[in-house]
Amino acid sequence: MSAKREKKVTWVEPPKMGIAEALYLPAIAEGLSTTFKHMFQPRKTKQYPEETPTLPPNYRGIHRLNRDEKGRVKCVACFLCATACPANCIDIVAAAAPKDDPNWADRDKYPAKFVIDELRCIYCGMCEEACPVDAIELTSIYNMTGKSRDGMLFDREKLLDVFDETSKRPGDPVRTHRGALGPASEIIAGAQKSAAPMSNIGEKAGP
Amino acid sequence: MLVELWNEYWPLLSAMLVVLIAIPTLGLYMTYIERKVAAAMQDRIGPNRVGPLGLLQAVADGLKIFLKEQVVPAHVDKWIYLTAPAIGVVTSMLAFAVVPFGPVSPEGPHTGFRFIIAPGVEIGLVFIFAVSSLSAYAIILGGWASNNKYSLYGAIRSCAQFISYEIPLGMSVLGVFAITGSMNLEKIVYQQSSFLEWNIWWQPLAALIFFTSALAESNRLPFDLSECEQELVGGFHTEYSGIKFVLFFLAEYTHVVTISFLTVLLFFGGWHLPGLTDPADPTAMGTALRLLVLLAKVGVVVFFIMMLRWTLPRFRFDQLMGLAWKGFIPLSLFNLLGVMIVISLDLSPYWMTLFSLIVFLVAGALNVSQLNNRLRSPSSPTIRTRAEGAY
Ligand code: SF4
Ligand code: SF4
Repeated sequence: MSAKREKKVTWVEPPKMGIAEALYLPAIAEGLSTTFKHMFQPRKTKQYPEETPTLPPNYRGIHRLNRDEKGRVKCVACFLCATACPANCIDIVAAAAPKDDPNWADRDKYPAKFVIDELRCIYCGMCEEACPVDAIELTSIYNMTGKSRDGMLFDREKLLDVFDETSKRPGDPVRTHRGALGPASEIIAGAQKSAAPMSNIGEKAGP
Repeated sequence: MLVELWNEYWPLLSAMLVVLIAIPTLGLYMTYIERKVAAAMQDRIGPNRVGPLGLLQAVADGLKIFLKEQVVPAHVDKWIYLTAPAIGVVTSMLAFAVVPFGPVSPEGPHTGFRFIIAPGVEIGLVFIFAVSSLSAYAIILGGWASNNKYSLYGAIRSCAQFISYEIPLGMSVLGVFAITGSMNLEKIVYQQSSFLEWNIWWQPLAALIFFTSALAESNRLPFDLSECEQELVGGFHTEYSGIKFVLFFLAEYTHVVTISFLTVLLFFGGWHLPGLTDPADPTAMGTALRLLVLLAKVGVVVFFIMMLRWTLPRFRFDQLMGLAWKGFIPLSLFNLLGVMIVISLDLSPYWMTLFSLIVFLVAGALNVSQLNNRLRSPSSPTIRTRAEGAY
């Protein structure tokens, strides 16, 4: 090991101990006075079921599946969330959109099955970040309970219900672009307008 | 015949009944008080759901414990395993046989109700030390019978701790015996009837050593190395649950109460509070007042012990042993020496105070160099890095 003194490192000598430290009692008295003072400070306890906490706007609770402007499930079954999920708790079965239905004419795929195991989820929010169309979002619901493990497997309808329930509340605004499907769909729309289809995107994203 | 027996034994029986009922109830409520105190120190509220202010929490806990399933693990030595908690409770309660829990007078007839089970025991304190150190058996047997390495480690630690702290505990009060000329607790209290005659003024060092060692004996934080969670899971009571587990804690809380009583009786004038109580006042009012004074003082000490618990971090084991062997035993010896000199030269007792303080300060001064040496010793890992990297 080199005997050179590192320039960037600040060397700190251990403080000299005096008689006060050696007798221990002053330090104990100081500690006791700190704890004693705390006895008269205002309590920080929240009486939970009666008092509910005010959550920060980016709180990550139970998921919801957003609806688009036509009320359809916004998810395009791209599997990005399931791929990103570190807990492997999203189970999606994709299906082709019913093309003959005029309501679904503008869509290619949709999730025939979309199940999130809320017990396995670690509420990391990676799914929300991964979703290209902002279809999946985490809400501020933190006190969800179920009577069985199966009851905590939230399927598509239930997740859509969570959307219906929470989207009207002030705490959980829809964080997506209304109208268009989302940022990714805008890229595609823009790309189509400039008559330079998919290849363009490929170049932009780059390998 | 029966009436005679009754007349002879009812004071004994009633005193025993008071102790037998009061101590477990107190133990139950000490958990509540402890939780409240801990909460207050941590800016929380503490138990407040069961009953007004959570006062019924202790009752609910007690009920729950009694209704719990009695689990005896298959790998334990069943009989020893079951006896250990009982030994703990019995030995810690036995100490109360000679501890006055209210005002008693050292001489005079012991008729009617009295606040002590066995009055006039001349070897009072020796008896207390003898029986309360028996509670080491509860821990070592519990740890041994559990057939679990963590339990055994906890028990061994506890044993070492008991043996080490028994010495300063006994030696620190020798000074008090020498001053009073008796080991009878009633006489020791009687002797401190005026404020300036409290033993704390003459024996401050002994009081410190006694209190700390007694705390170490009771296995409470900062001395609870025998149940240190980080290293030993639960220590000696890892395999215990339900009522058996609670009996261990009842023993611990009884110990705390005993310590508090002894500290007050030995050093803080017992039921005397000059200006408020008159030691010669025999009326019921006077007795009640003295009882209140005693209980208030004990309450303050109990509160202080709880404050210590939530203030001080746990000792490391070598520090714990070092404190007893390198600190308290020499200190209490020197303190005793001071008492001897003062008594045999017939000096004013305040020389003892001076002597105590000098001994304490000298010990501190010696410790300064030791602390600084330790900080600079090459065996300390932080210093080693510096020594290799910088010098
Ligand atoms: S929050 Fe995290 S763990 Fe939960 S579903 Fe989304 S990606 Fe998976
Ligand atoms: S990432 Fe979004 S669009 Fe893709 S499957 Fe998940 S929720 Fe649906």
